[in-house]
Amino acid sequence: MNDRLRKSAAWRQHWVGLLLVGATLLAVPFIAALGGQAWVRIANFAILYVFLALGLNIVVGYAGLLDLGYVAFYAVGAYTYALLASPHFGIHLPFWVILPFGAALACIFGVLLGAPTLKLRGDYLAIVTLGFGEIIRIFMNNLNAPINVTNGAQGITLIDPIRIAGFSFADTTNILGLTISGPQKYYFFLVALAIAIIIINVRLQDSRIGRAWQAIREDEVAAKACGINTRNIKLLAFAMGASFGGIAGGVFSAMQGFVSPESFSLMESITILAMVVLGGMGHIPGVILGAVLLTGLPEALRYGIEPLQRALFGRMIIDPESLRMLVFGLALVLVMRFRPAGLWPSSQRRRELTESTD
Amino acid sequence: MDTLLQQLINGLTLGAVYALVALGYTMVYGIIGLINFAHGEVVMIGTMVAFTVIVSLAGSGMSPLLVLGIGLLVSVVVCMVLGWGLERVAYRPLRHAPRLTPLITAIGMSIVLQNVAMIVWGRNYITFPPMIDKQVYELGGASFTNVQIAIVTLAALVMLGLIYLVHRTRIGMAMRATAQNPHVASLMGVDIDRVIAMAFVIGSALGAVAGCMVGSYYEIAHYQMGFMLGLKAFTAAVLGGIGNLAGAMAGGLLLGVIEALGAGYIGELTGDFLGSHYQDIFAFIVLIIVLMFRPSGLFGERTGDRA
Repeated sequence: MNDRLRKSAAWRQHWVGLLLVGATLLAVPFIAALGGQAWVRIANFAILYVFLALGLNIVVGYAGLLDLGYVAFYAVGAYTYALLASPHFGIHLPFWVILPFGAALACIFGVLLGAPTLKLRGDYLAIVTLGFGEIIRIFMNNLNAPINVTNGAQGITLIDPIRIAGFSFADTTNILGLTISGPQKYYFFLVALAIAIIIINVRLQDSRIGRAWQAIREDEVAAKACGINTRNIKLLAFAMGASFGGIAGGVFSAMQGFVSPESFSLMESITILAMVVLGGMGHIPGVILGAVLLTGLPEALRYGIEPLQRALFGRMIIDPESLRMLVFGLALVLVMRFRPAGLWPSSQRRRELTESTD
Repeated sequence: MDTLLQQLINGLTLGAVYALVALGYTMVYGIIGLINFAHGEVVMIGTMVAFTVIVSLAGSGMSPLLVLGIGLLVSVVVCMVLGWGLERVAYRPLRHAPRLTPLITAIGMSIVLQNVAMIVWGRNYITFPPMIDKQVYELGGASFTNVQIAIVTLAALVMLGLIYLVHRTRIGMAMRATAQNPHVASLMGVDIDRVIAMAFVIGSALGAVAGCMVGSYYEIAHYQMGFMLGLKAFTAAVLGGIGNLAGAMAGGLLLGVIEALGAGYIGELTGDFLGSHYQDIFAFIVLIIVLMFRPSGLFGERTGDRA
């Protein structure tokens, strides 16, 4: 009797929590819009980085494979969308055709990268993936001659926005007396996609495959001895991580309307990795927190530093752009210094860290 | 034929620089098994400091060689302090943390260093004043300068010095012992903290020398220059087998030559389909191919099973 009561109380709490999260998610674009549409765009990017960080989390957090070239898959997705939905080649396919196609293509690239690197461990793998990312970027930068595929450093412009049966996500519309801007529409699209991706990730984590990944992370030899096909499971990690990157890339392309190789530098890979590690590797809420924080913090600094300097010194002393990155770098150092397992690590990982005295 | 010789000479010069920077990565890696991601920025700071010293002394009437020497010395000292500080801030507190944690602090430090450099030296390219009168020599259709000779000679001397230090001195012995097994080394009375700090300090000194070389070779410096240089040097270290001194030297030279040859011949090889702006790709393609067949680099020993 008592037991059932307690259970229903827990359930009620659960639902109240979910409702609160839902209400917050619904309110965010309208609250952000008070500060200008730029803040809605920042919220959109935060969600986009959640996709990327969750994708990389599969490779780094679950399977323990350090990937420093993750941005390559993001780029593949973005360029696939850009080439198939822009005046560049005159092809205009709808997004529900391109997004899965981009994800599949990124997935193939993931396997292409994974296959020759299976034997490598730790830092050797890191440098090869990093090289792979750079190769993709250099090709995008230079594939404008002799055949113009990627339009080189100028990038591809006028990419079609996401459109569902004449309902375009790019411009403002009135729905039931409520004015919803383009970025706000994308926000809801992204949230829907994010919920799907998070559910997939949660389900993956405790599945047979997810447990196999974690076994490989902890001890590859032991995992093999337990009958796990380490080769296929590692390839699967690369492939799944890459397809999430591909989806994020496609959405990025549509949202921005413009892609260029500049968006896919190594720094981007490193930022995504920092989100995963800073938030708490292998722990989905932690990774989401990391992505949101590391997207929001530089932007908040961008708007905060200039007035702060004026208030303190009466004039601009240091170029706000570099001061912003300076603070960002220091924040990375300090957070890792005082929370080495990340801001929100999984309970298992926290236990491991505090118990091992070695 | 003259292209071949010319590219070999250029590649060797570049390779000597890569080798010096690669040694910095490999020394730290050999001892604590971590990538010092901020090493490229240390090299950049070395170049910038040398630049400032040289420019401020250039009008003082001292002989140009002396000015260059002072610039080199000051930048070496500054970088040694920087390397020591880096270890204290980003690595020592995290020695028992998960492996990826120090990677993130190092990335944080490299962002900090880059932006400090941008605040101090500005965001534009800096022209490095040429202190040596450039003389061009001809050899079988190829040409090289006295700057190139100086770079290769100095690099060779520094590397010999390092080999002596590691194999013939007490601190070198302590380093090798720590690399073998830190626990046992500490039981034998080796001060591990000091050895690790020394690896950072020496690596940074080598980086400073390399930074001065890059500055006088290209006669240009930029606050973002450390990134690509560090990346290439790290590739060189991995190519040779990370943690292995001879491997880093060989890897650096090899990478320099491969890159130069690649840039010289890619147009011919592909019928002008791919131009010399694909130069950067070579380093990585060679790396991937080498690691496919020798997963621990050319001279590397088999590493443990930790990922």
